[in-house]
Amino acid sequence: MTKYIIKRILLAIMSIIIVSAITFFVMELIPGGPFNKEKATSPQAQAALEARYNLDKPVGQQYLIYMGNIAHGDWGVSLKNGREIWPDMISRFKISAKLGFSAIVVATIIGVILGSIAALTRNKLPDRIIVFFTTLGTAMPSFVLATLLMLVFCLKLQLIPVWNSYNPNYVLPIIALSVYPMAYITRLTKTSMLDALNQDYIRTAKAKGVSKAKVIFVHALRNALIPVVTYLGPEVAYILTGSMVVENIFTIGGLGTAFVTSIVNRDYTTIMAVTLFLAILMVVANLLTDIAYKLIDPRINFN
Amino acid sequence: MPNMENSLKKRQLLSAQIDLSKFNKDDFRKATDEEKKQQDVMGESTTFFKDGMRRLRKNHLAMGSIVVLVAILVIILFAPLFCPYTYEEIISINGVADATATNLAPMTYSPQEQAYMDSTGEHLFPHLFGTDKLGRDYFIRCIYGTRVSLAVGVLAAIMVLIIGVVYGSISGYAGGKVDMVMMRIVDVIYSLPDMLIIILLSVVFNERLAPIIKGTIFAKLGANMLSMFFVFGLLYWVTMARLIRGQILAIKNNEYVLAAKAIGTPNGRILRRHILPNCLSVIIITTALQVPSAIFTESYLSFLGLGVSAPLTSLGSLANDARQAMQSYPYRLVIPAIIIVLIVLALNLIGDGLRDAFDSKLD
Repeated sequence: MTKYIIKRILLAIMSIIIVSAITFFVMELIPGGPFNKEKATSPQAQAALEARYNLDKPVGQQYLIYMGNIAHGDWGVSLKNGREIWPDMISRFKISAKLGFSAIVVATIIGVILGSIAALTRNKLPDRIIVFFTTLGTAMPSFVLATLLMLVFCLKLQLIPVWNSYNPNYVLPIIALSVYPMAYITRLTKTSMLDALNQDYIRTAKAKGVSKAKVIFVHALRNALIPVVTYLGPEVAYILTGSMVVENIFTIGGLGTAFVTSIVNRDYTTIMAVTLFLAILMVVANLLTDIAYKLIDPRINFN
Repeated sequence: MPNMENSLKKRQLLSAQIDLSKFNKDDFRKATDEEKKQQDVMGESTTFFKDGMRRLRKNHLAMGSIVVLVAILVIILFAPLFCPYTYEEIISINGVADATATNLAPMTYSPQEQAYMDSTGEHLFPHLFGTDKLGRDYFIRCIYGTRVSLAVGVLAAIMVLIIGVVYGSISGYAGGKVDMVMMRIVDVIYSLPDMLIIILLSVVFNERLAPIIKGTIFAKLGANMLSMFFVFGLLYWVTMARLIRGQILAIKNNEYVLAAKAIGTPNGRILRRHILPNCLSVIIITTALQVPSAIFTESYLSFLGLGVSAPLTSLGSLANDARQAMQSYPYRLVIPAIIIVLIVLALNLIGDGLRDAFDSKLD
């Protein structure tokens, strides 16, 4: 077990290093530097700027300097507005995290409930309705759903005001983000619940006269939830990337919007910082998911 | 009564003997071939493929999806033959661009077109979905958008198929240290946040490739498209490679593989002839499910503005373009959205159907 965890942590660290290297060297490939503006800068000023941001050193050295700074908690300054990236990123991440965390909670809870209902009413009306909507949900890209929700509820029916930072209404963005993972979790729960209900220990419990509710909630659901745990890592990744478009559509000033804007502005340091930040989040989420899975289910061998 | 008593007695005495008086000569004729065939309990022998197709045909959802998909394919292949407009052409009358033909509602004509039709009596082809803000026919743009999105999906799936199968089979068949190193590489790629890297690489390749491909046939596709393929090929094959490797590990210890080895069959031939055909179901299913996921990713990137470059379009970029005028012209957003959902839904259902039909183990 300990060996497995150490191996898994090493893999995670390696992924983060690789992502940071890819990000850094790929950014170097982009033609045109951050100080190429329409108005020509004098060569001296250009050189001074490049020296100020270490852009005159070899690429490899720049990478090492950058990683060293990150290790000290210095994420650099934005090349566009000259402000520190870290405080800005954190304040934006708070918005994204609120949105993303709510979406994960909503998707997981409703997904598990719907999946259990579908499994318990197999081939009856509720099951069929749930299967219909989950199939539809997995075929709907989040940006399609987000724009349609915005169109219907904000613009046509005017039930919910368009998002603004003074009066933030997270309902629609949360729905847009959570439908796909919710549909996925519903399918997952249904399959594993059906599987669990066919097990011998369920029959034994029923034969002993355990109440139906207890059989379902204690004996079946607990075992059916194990596969759902494995989806949490990919779910975090989906929500983080999904929030880029959803935040853009609802004009929420979160990290997703910041990332897309920095790509458009060719703001190297911000792109680098946000990518690395999100990558670390995703890798850590995957790591925790894997470890949690092995802890919950002792049947899995560690090789 | 005495008669019956008699027969009873007889039977009790010699119960094993058959009462021949009941039969006549006709009962001892030899059976004809036809009659023999009726007694045959064996069905016609089927192949793996036929068996799977039989199961697939029983799946109404999958068959319905195939019909929908074929209908979409027929439309996108043949509609441009009937429609006189092209995706990049601004509506013009007598060679002069029609400035009034922008933002037309579905099935309407611009004032100039109306005047033209009134004066010449000629009937112009209707704008089925109206026109966009530059005055281009929206129907034909949707057709081309669907073509691009589907092409991206299919090509990406083929690329994943080739790389994944080759990598997975080498790793699984070679085993030992080679397998370990190859699988560690897969592990690392697998744990990378793929979407972030795709976005990043798309940004960069887009800038870098554009000058390189200028003037070649690739220029028409655009740097964005090429970089998208490159990125798909780079990152998405790992799932396929893992699955294939697992299958091969299970198959390669079978007796027939040992027999083939014993008679000196070269490794490449064993792989192609004996092992890969047995992985066919996994390959088919994974490839089928890869297409909708690639379409998803493509539309996502196009929506972020990293997809195909104008004037070429895809369903994602159509939806993105429609966003600005969403309130006035909602149908421009709804139409590509419906097409994406239809295609992805149909492909998902076909993939699920294939899995049910060809992989009985997964039940």
